[in-house]
Amino acid sequence: MDFSFTEEQTLLRNTVQSFLQDKYDFDTRRKISASADGWSKEIWGQFAELGLLAAPFSEEQGGLGGGPIDTMILMEEFGRHLVIEPFMETVVICGGFLREAGTAAQQEAHIPGIVGGENVWAFGYAEPQGRYNLADLVTTAKADGDGYVINGYKAVVLGAPWADKLIISARTSGGQRDADGVSLFIVDKSAAGVSTRDYPTVDGRRASEVTLENVKVGADAVIGEVGKALPLIEKVTDQAIAALSAEAAGGMKELNDATVEYCKTRKQFGVPIGKFQVLQHRMVDMFMAYEQSVSMTYMVTLKLGEGEEERRKAASGAKVQIGKAGRFVGQQAVQLHGGMGMTDELNVGHYFKRLTMIDTQFGNVDHHLTRYSAAA
Amino acid sequence: MDMSFSADDLAFRDEVRTFINDNYPRVTNTRSRGDMSRDDMLAWHKVLAKKGWVAPHWPAEHGGAGWTITQRYIWNEECARAETTPLLPFGLSMVGPVIYTYGNEEQKKRFLPGIYNGEDWWCQGYSEPGAGSDLASLKTKAVREGDHYIINGQKTWTTLAQFADWMFCLARTDPDAKMQESISFFLIDMKTPGIEVRPIITMDGAHEVNEVYLDNVKVPAENMIGEENKGWTYAKFLLGNERSGIAGVARSKKAVERLKNIAGSELLDGEPLINDGEFGRKIAEVEIDLSALEVTELRTLAAESRGQGPGPESSILKIKGTEIQQRITELALEAVGNYAFVYSPHGKGEGDNAFTPGPEYSIGVAQNYQNMRKTSIYGGSNEIQHNIIAKMVLGL
Repeated sequence: MDFSFTEEQTLLRNTVQSFLQDKYDFDTRRKISASADGWSKEIWGQFAELGLLAAPFSEEQGGLGGGPIDTMILMEEFGRHLVIEPFMETVVICGGFLREAGTAAQQEAHIPGIVGGENVWAFGYAEPQGRYNLADLVTTAKADGDGYVINGYKAVVLGAPWADKLIISARTSGGQRDADGVSLFIVDKSAAGVSTRDYPTVDGRRASEVTLENVKVGADAVIGEVGKALPLIEKVTDQAIAALSAEAAGGMKELNDATVEYCKTRKQFGVPIGKFQVLQHRMVDMFMAYEQSVSMTYMVTLKLGEGEEERRKAASGAKVQIGKAGRFVGQQAVQLHGGMGMTDELNVGHYFKRLTMIDTQFGNVDHHLTRYSAAA
Repeated sequence: MDMSFSADDLAFRDEVRTFINDNYPRVTNTRSRGDMSRDDMLAWHKVLAKKGWVAPHWPAEHGGAGWTITQRYIWNEECARAETTPLLPFGLSMVGPVIYTYGNEEQKKRFLPGIYNGEDWWCQGYSEPGAGSDLASLKTKAVREGDHYIINGQKTWTTLAQFADWMFCLARTDPDAKMQESISFFLIDMKTPGIEVRPIITMDGAHEVNEVYLDNVKVPAENMIGEENKGWTYAKFLLGNERSGIAGVARSKKAVERLKNIAGSELLDGEPLINDGEFGRKIAEVEIDLSALEVTELRTLAAESRGQGPGPESSILKIKGTEIQQRITELALEAVGNYAFVYSPHGKGEGDNAFTPGPEYSIGVAQNYQNMRKTSIYGGSNEIQHNIIAKMVLGL
């Protein structure tokens, strides 16, 4: 049993910490979010230069050979700074598909562009009728000569406005919610038949609705086995949930620190409001919610390599914990900051909004309670 | 004890329903008060003023309708049912009652008709940057000079001050006295030189609240309510009234209905979400809380109609009412799933051409959830309401 970090991991944390402290304060983040593009290519390029985008890829793949713990460290720091840039979408999820199931040719073709910061990727999986069920797909891919023709619609594809490559889930056989018959395809966003409409999200990022109309892809666009992609999608989204847990923990840490600090300085009735026991206990509950979230983040991160059942329970368990804790910490941080917590000016509301959407991302508390109890 | 409607009550309900149906003006954008035009926000008010129904709780001599509590209940139900624009409380429920209770004849004549008819828009100059929950620690100063007071200070969280003609304002008139014994209650014309209104944008992107700066604002002495240094009495009276209206039971019932519609349309594995036992139970739970609050409010109103209160018990209405409002918005956010991500811009121009995908009912759901976090903060935070009950009701 050992919860300490290696020297390399500590170095990675120091690198990203000092970079974000220098280059990604709240005001900068606000400007990036409000800019026409809604993200910073410059920051992305610097992530690449620092090697952050290479962290979880193996050395043979052109990466630094890190693992889930490196991703956890990065995501926690990104969470503390509300980083907008699509590390999750590009490196964790789409990079994850390539790492886990990409052919040698696919890895060679695509990983250098990710590591180098040239290409941004997004994952189109959700559909309007499907809620959080990864297999509930109306989008189809029909065999056509050597390749496939994809038709369908993907909802709320996070980071897609910035992407040039998409990974799309589609049904190659079976009924609408069957576990079998799900396949994954690499699709160029500029391919004929792909159209996107972009919009801002409530947590300061961007997303697209993606329509696929007779989009032709070659056989080399398939990731993993045709019709058997659901276990792969689950595996990679569980990795994403681990990363998301770390991001949430980072956000909660910032909110708790800010709230304690505020309650020490804000005076009402002649004393700092932190002297009131009812608020002290609230902050203790917030602190415990954060600590429990860190524990679940470690747990899921360390169990990503376990068998399917074990991994699924760990991921859903973590998602339930950060969903509940994120809501509680977010709401109470706003409450204890009073009117100031409601403003756009203060960062508190922005963390609150991000934590709220983290619960929605990849399925909320209810969804993962069901998934956990089905696995247990 | 009887909770059923009499034949007269039912006839009243039909009359009210027909009137709303025939006379409610169609307004364009009702999503957020900050997004509506001044005229749109006052359109319904003006219709009701003409009918004599705009301030049913006022004394008859000032235009009150003399309704029983059952009739007031029916009225609120019917307005919520038809989703009419909520009437602004600042004049009708806040400063109006202060003026007819503590104001002099001259003030009643001068201010009540403008409030009643919806000609004057009022805003509330209570909170300050350093005086929130501890309102009595406010620092805005009023110094008598001849037949005027010169007022200096800063108010904040001033709701819809961007439209206001008048502000009722607490200011300190005796720097040496105890905090509660040195406050006076002023009515200030917002056109007076020295007043500056600056917007505060909330995290959902809305412009509902403002900062109001007062720099040597000259207010005629005749615009002070009651006696100098007695303002805290009037201020507390107003806060009691603010609390009793804050439960929002009828509106919450409508919101539960909307929530059920969302959960009936959203799918979970091909089935309506509302059929999911877990989610169905969550809706049931909030609905039951709301039923209890409804009867609690009726009991409070009944006591009030016998001449008691609104007492400290009205803090229950504030706490439970806002918790329920928040819970409903939380469940709506859960119900819409992935489309909760979509940001829907506020205001004119920017919002008109915005792309907001997803079903109609999902638009603005997350922002509404964010916005409603204010309810446990404003009107005396819910922590303060707990203190009031602990002290005033339980005697702790």
